[in-house]
Amino acid sequence: MSYTEFHPRWHRPHFPVFWWVHRRSYLAFVVRELTSVFVAWSVVFLLLLVRAVSQGPEPYRRFLDWSSTWWVVTLNVVTLSLVLLHAVTWFNLAPKAMAVRARGRRVPNTWITGAHYLAWALVSAIAAWVVLG
Amino acid sequence: MADRITLQVTRYRPEEDLEPARQNYEIPFRKEWAVLDGLNHIKDHIDGTLSYRWSCRMGICGSCGMIVNGEPQLSCAAFLADYAPGPVRIEPLHNFPVIRDLVIEIGDFLHKLPQVKPWLIRPEPSQEPGEHLQTPAALDEYHQFSMCINCMLCYSACPVVGLEEDFLGPAAIALAQRYNLDSRDQGAAERFDALSSPAGVWDCTFVGECTKACPKGVDPAGAIQRYKLTAALESLKAFVLPRRAR
Repeated sequence: MSYTEFHPRWHRPHFPVFWWVHRRSYLAFVVRELTSVFVAWSVVFLLLLVRAVSQGPEPYRRFLDWSSTWWVVTLNVVTLSLVLLHAVTWFNLAPKAMAVRARGRRVPNTWITGAHYLAWALVSAIAAWVVLG
Repeated sequence: MADRITLQVTRYRPEEDLEPARQNYEIPFRKEWAVLDGLNHIKDHIDGTLSYRWSCRMGICGSCGMIVNGEPQLSCAAFLADYAPGPVRIEPLHNFPVIRDLVIEIGDFLHKLPQVKPWLIRPEPSQEPGEHLQTPAALDEYHQFSMCINCMLCYSACPVVGLEEDFLGPAAIALAQRYNLDSRDQGAAERFDALSSPAGVWDCTFVGECTKACPKGVDPAGAIQRYKLTAALESLKAFVLPRRAR
């Protein structure tokens, strides 16, 4: 496009493919988005466990053997840490989406975050009671 | 402390440049000077061809947004003393076409803004005489969103704006929420389609940089996440109770 007095030639900067490595906050965001893949894996692993349990003792034993192989253990340790990161950052962002009012006043963000952690602890305790009890 | 500081200003003269290029200007260092004062010094004493927008010099008009050392800033509120001993890198805001030097083209935003109808909508004129009274609590619901000065720093900070051409963007959605949350307004349903479209709130991936960049303390990221909840609930209501929807 050539420049004329009435049609200035605008410069349209190219948006880089690796835009997310240019800022620390962008990188942290992309890492958080990628943790969703590991959340999905944890769900798949849980479904595989449920299927193995439903199929009887032998498939369950084979599932346990497979789960104790070094690469599945490594994958699940990484998954646990990234799912925890995903959950913590999710809970910390929750007050942004929830503007709760009680008795005419805005409920403080720390209360909303705290309620999420409390619910998390409660559900974890119930799950632990069901599994171990 | 040195009595001079270097400003590295991105220049783009469309009549002669194919690409923007950086040009260094050495100016007096005054601790009370903002970056904008430095640019004004260049314009008045060194190079009159330098182009940039500015008006009020007090963080109200939103004209002088630029990238200062990699961060979107109002150049009237970014002080040289904070960047001493320099050099200070000054670029046009990201995610916009550049018309000349530091002047960006904001026509796309001006086209998108009216889509969310950022004004008070009242289909039925009030039968009661006088003003529409509002309690301090009702004012508090939307007040922070009314502080937006359309400076475009949030658009510059948001990678989704750069990636998704159709995205309404942080300020437009925050301004829509400013009216949706106003107790005098009755236009939420009219804004619903634009806001709940894929180019509306659902394009936002919650990077959160828009809120960090805002010089007026507005929280566009929060406004968008809150509206996602509203849009999801409205869609659910429309699915469960199709006859009562909106």
